[in-house]
This record gives sequence, C-alpha cells and structure tokens, in this order.
Amino acid sequence: MVKVFIYPSNSLILSDLIDRFGHEPLAVMREVGKKIRTAGLDSPPINITPEDPKIGLKYAAVEVPSGVRGRMALLGPLLEEAEAAVIVAEPDISFGCMGCARTNELVNFLVRTKDIPILELDYPGNEEDAKAFVHMIHDFLEGLGKGGE
Amino acid sequence: MAKESLVKIAQLSCGSEYSGIQKEIDTAASMVDAEIFFPEISIEDVQNVEENFGFKVASPDLKLMMARAKAIVEGKTMADAVLIASCFRCAEGALVRNEIRRYIYANSKIPVISYSFTERTTSSTLLTRLEALTTTARRRSLLAREHQEGLTAGIDSGSTTTKAVIMKDDEIIGTGWVPTIKVVESARESLENAMVEAGITRDDIQAIGVTGYGRFLLSEEFNADLVQEEITVNSKGAVYLANSQVGPSTVIDIGGMDNKAIAVQDGIPGMFTMGGICAGASGRFLEMTAKRLGVDITELGDLAVKGMQQNVEMNSYCIVFGIQSLVNSLAKGSAQEDVAAAACYSVVEQVFEQQLQEIDVKEPLIMVGGSSLIEGVPKAMEELLKIKVTVPPHSQYIGAVGAALLVSGFIDK
Repeated sequence: MVKVFIYPSNSLILSDLIDRFGHEPLAVMREVGKKIRTAGLDSPPINITPEDPKIGLKYAAVEVPSGVRGRMALLGPLLEEAEAAVIVAEPDISFGCMGCARTNELVNFLVRTKDIPILELDYPGNEEDAKAFVHMIHDFLEGLGKGGE
Repeated sequence: MAKESLVKIAQLSCGSEYSGIQKEIDTAASMVDAEIFFPEISIEDVQNVEENFGFKVASPDLKLMMARAKAIVEGKTMADAVLIASCFRCAEGALVRNEIRRYIYANSKIPVISYSFTERTTSSTLLTRLEALTTTARRRSLLAREHQEGLTAGIDSGSTTTKAVIMKDDEIIGTGWVPTIKVVESARESLENAMVEAGITRDDIQAIGVTGYGRFLLSEEFNADLVQEEITVNSKGAVYLANSQVGPSTVIDIGGMDNKAIAVQDGIPGMFTMGGICAGASGRFLEMTAKRLGVDITELGDLAVKGMQQNVEMNSYCIVFGIQSLVNSLAKGSAQEDVAAAACYSVVEQVFEQQLQEIDVKEPLIMVGGSSLIEGVPKAMEELLKIKVTVPPHSQYIGAVGAALLVSGFIDK
C-alpha cells in the first residue's frame, strides 16, 4: 500500500478511487477529522485555531495571507508523507476545492519538487474522458505496486 | 445592558475558517446581540457567478463570496447586515472584497463592513466594527434624528482625551476637555467642567450618552441612557455640526489611537473603515512631532500651514523611523515649519493610502476630532484629494456632540 497525495486535496471521488485500488489516500479530510475529534478544541467549522497558521509558517512566510498558512498547516504534513501523487488540473468545484488559488499553486509546486511518481490529469469534460480518466488512475496506481518493495 | 433584537449578519469571507478566527467573529457578534450566518446558494450560482458578476478570479472561495453577495442583493437571502472579510495581504481577496462592498452598498440598503484579517485578529478588535454595523441595522430611526431636544449630555472617553458637552435645544451650552488619565475620574472632571460652563447641575440633565474607548465603564458610572461606539456618534455629530444631514458625505477622524473613515448617506454610516495598526497614521505621531519641535500640539498646525512638506525627505511612515527622518532633517537645517508640514502630510498620506481606498469619498469631506484642529492636517488632506475639506465648529467634541444629539431621542416625553 502506497500513500498517495491527491489534488484537489478534499476530493471524495479521488480519495475513494485511491482507496478502492488498494492504496492509502492522503486527503485533507483525514487532517480535519483529527481536529474535529480532538477534545478541547472549539473553533468552528473545522477547529483550526490561531496557532495552526503558525505551523504553516514552515511552508509560507508571514507575508503570505494567513488563510494560505492555515491550509498549509493541514496539507503540509500530508505532502511530507506522500509516496505518490495524483493531480487533477482545473477541476470543477463540485469535484473538490480548497478555495484558495495561491494555496493550490504552492501545493502543486511542492508536490512536483518531491522525487515521487506523479500522475497529472486534466479534469474530464465528458463521459468518454471520464472513463479514460478512471483507467489512467487505475493503471497508475497498479504500477505503484504494493509500496515499500 | 438590555437585550437587543437579534441582528442577522451575513458573512461573506475567504480564508477565515483556515485562519482560525471564525470563533472570534462569532464571539464579537454575540457580544452585540447578533448572529453570523452564511447565505445558502447553489453550486450553479458559484459556477455562473463570474459571468453574472463580471469579475473573473482564480480562487473558488472568492467566487463563493460573489455568489453570496448576489443572493443578498437579489433578495434570495434575507440579511440585516453584511460582513465581508478576506485575508490581509491577499491582493485578489482585497479586490473582490472592495468590489462586493461597493456592489452591496450601491444596490441595497443593507449596511456593510469589510475587514482584512490575520490569525491574530481577536473579537475585541472586531467588536467596535460590529457594534457600529448592528447599530446601523437596528436603529435607523434613531440615526435619522436631525435635532437635539431638551437638556442632554454627551461624554466621549477617548484614548488621549475625554470630552464632554452639554446641549440644550440644538445648542452647545457647555464643554469639557481633559486628558484621559483614569477613565471614570477624567469623565467626571470633563462633565463637571461642561456643567459649570453651562450653569447647570447633574439633576438638570435629562439624558446622558457615552461613547469612546471607556464607554462601557462610563455607562455604569453615569447610568447612561445611550452607550454607543464612535463610528455611529461621530458620523451623526459630523453631519450635524457641518449642517450636512441630507445627502452623501465623508467623515474622517484621525484619533489618538485609531482612525475612522466613514461614508455617510443622510446621516447614516454606510461603508466605514477603522485603522488601528500603525501609530504613524495616528494623532500620536503629531504629538511626538510637536514634542520634538518643542511646541505645544495646538501650535503645530499653525507652523505646518506655513511650511512646505516637499522640503523634508521622509523615508518611512513609522512613528519611530519617520520621526527619525524629521530629526535628521532638523539636524540638516530644515525649517520647523517644513518639518511640521511633513509630519501632517505623512499622517494624512498614510490614511489616504490605507483607508480612503476602501470607501467611496464623496463631498463634503468633513474632518473631525482633535487632529482636525491642527490646520496642517486638513490642508494636507485637501492637497492629496484635491477637494475642499470642511472642519465644522466644535469638531474636537464630535463624539460628545453625537452622543448628546442621539441620546435626546431617549428623553421621556
């Protein structure tokens, strides 16, 4: 099982595909889930506290908007764990969305700087393309083997 | 304070949940008996908003903001007031924030405020802004008051000075002005001075209104009938004293600790900004300049109007490094008049760059507060904006006058 980073980072469809094909999706829902389930935090809606953007300082300096650093506090640890990545360019909002273009640019760049297998795809515009899209993801994930081999 | 009717504030924002400040926003809202909500819209509304609104942006959350703004203006969502917020230092966010604010202001009567936050934004920073926003939403009839009736007092507990006025049937009959040392004691002294000048006693006063930083403390001490933030009372006081209660106007108050720039329509604040990050854009900068020049603050303006700011090179707006520039200029032989003019220009230029870009400046432009009496300040503003600046009589008492005016609506008939 390989840890696969996905972009958009909150895409349920991508996360589900990675899971179905036998790998571990690195999705932001996992990080948010930890915060929601941690007792003692109460900062709705996703329990990020003013301390979290400071964790994001590792990836984006203080002159970067706090929203980018807050998002990087969630995404950074996932990026560091990643052993492979699937990136979908120009996705529809309903497919998954982190809301901030600057965060998206930074995340995409940081993924590409890692020496890991990366599959970059365009978001499908019709049913035929969608089938090919799933096939490509399947083939990529199959090619990853079982990880650690 | 008595519980007020609930004001529903629609939040249009990008990044607040990831900056960890949503709880701060919610807390500030609850302190003024308001509730934050996010307008419901469909995914199609977001997908089509660039075409419908006409602004193409890269960040999806900004599209969401625009779609929510349209839903409010088109009446698909009912909101009493709107808070627009995006991350500080995000250029795209700032552009959208400003355009949405203008759009709502131009197309609805819903009061709106915008704010750029960092992860350090706290509920206390937001409180005055939300208090002004909810007042405008809740008390339009009170704000429509154009005349002061009966015998009322207004006290403005500012960060530097405490002002008091006594008004009787549209006339100021007594004033008090003392440095703020201890909030309650200074207010007592200021009110006492005003009462002596007016020739009245405390029992003669029919209603008292309080405003400024110390307003909550004064509310208990004086059993005040009205406790109101500075945005609302300054707007009312300014248009009242400038005799400009009908139509548009712009009110600017450069205070000891923060500045207010308020776009007013028919005496009611619409868009406003409140600065409070940099002391270089505050009255404190002028006080320090006066001290360095060895003159009283009341003499600084007179010096400034005789000087040429262009003759002094200033490398920074900062209250430390900017003052250092002024000191260096004096060492090189610059005239005191030029240095005084440069100081006034520096403060005004920063207010212009950081705050006036955020509101639509419409004439008449009314400058109020103690700094408006430093003649170099309104002069510098006129030079920058190329429009005439009005400084009404008693402008230094603006908050106290606004409070005395508004509180006359609370007199038991």
